[in-house]
Amino acid sequence: MPTSDEIFEKVQETLVDALGVDDDEVTPEATLIEDLGAESIDFLDIVFRLERSFDIKIPRGELFPENLASADSGFVEDGVVTETGVAELRSKMKHADVDAFAADPKVENISNLFTVKMICSFLEEKLG
Amino acid sequence: MIGDLMRWYWIDRFVEFDSGTAAKAVKNVTLAEEHLHDHFPGFAVMPGSLMVEGMAQTGGILLGEKFNFEYIVILAKVPKITFHSWACPGDSLFYSAKLLDAREEGGTVEVTAHVGERLVADGEIVFAHLKQDDPQFGRIDQKNFVFSNNLMDIFESGRAGDGVDETPGGNPSE
Repeated sequence: MPTSDEIFEKVQETLVDALGVDDDEVTPEATLIEDLGAESIDFLDIVFRLERSFDIKIPRGELFPENLASADSGFVEDGVVTETGVAELRSKMKHADVDAFAADPKVENISNLFTVKMICSFLEEKLG
Repeated sequence: MIGDLMRWYWIDRFVEFDSGTAAKAVKNVTLAEEHLHDHFPGFAVMPGSLMVEGMAQTGGILLGEKFNFEYIVILAKVPKITFHSWACPGDSLFYSAKLLDAREEGGTVEVTAHVGERLVADGEIVFAHLKQDDPQFGRIDQKNFVFSNNLMDIFESGRAGDGVDETPGGNPSE
């Protein structure tokens, strides 16, 4: 099993290739959307690259859950994720820092859950 | 659909098609195409963007065929493309696409463009899949479609054969 450092290096390389960013921008804390400029289609590209790089299969929605806060999800009221919604996030995104999000659960903050560290933690469990 | 208004073909014919794996198409560059008159005056070369479109059509149809054209295939992203040389009127550009990933959500192809042995371009293209009944369908910019039904005519290209009448003494020009 690769070490945490090895996983981080490969994730860094993946994000540099997928997002056209510099490697020093890819820190563990960096958020994919706000800091690294990822758009929706980039998530698919990142999943493909991680699969090739780590020789694993990542089923749809496992790393990047879809429709987390869509209008009909029932998890959002007045632009804020409800307690049930936060619980849903915890179950679907156990590698993300949902505690930090829960302190200010505005819908627009959901994107901050997608960090480099989240990908690394996901891979550590997957490869473990 | 864009295919009903115009036929946006940037490949002339498939020359190899290995279902689910790889495809190769040819694009014959000709001065009869008006875009070459201005690109550039006195220095006619095939625009890189149209080569990317040709490579995307080659790879997009390869991906679409793998799933029996169940999905609309959309050119979503070109993560990497490098132009090494160019193609002029009279050149035959051969676009090769190799399927790297293919799944329900979309796929990735590795592509090259060659004139003879000379590498003209290489890169990667990512496609997203949409179902016809997807609620996002109407919001998609139609220019991003790799193919609509009319583009599927490309599979008929070349079927006309060479016109030689093979009956004894036959000659189609007579």
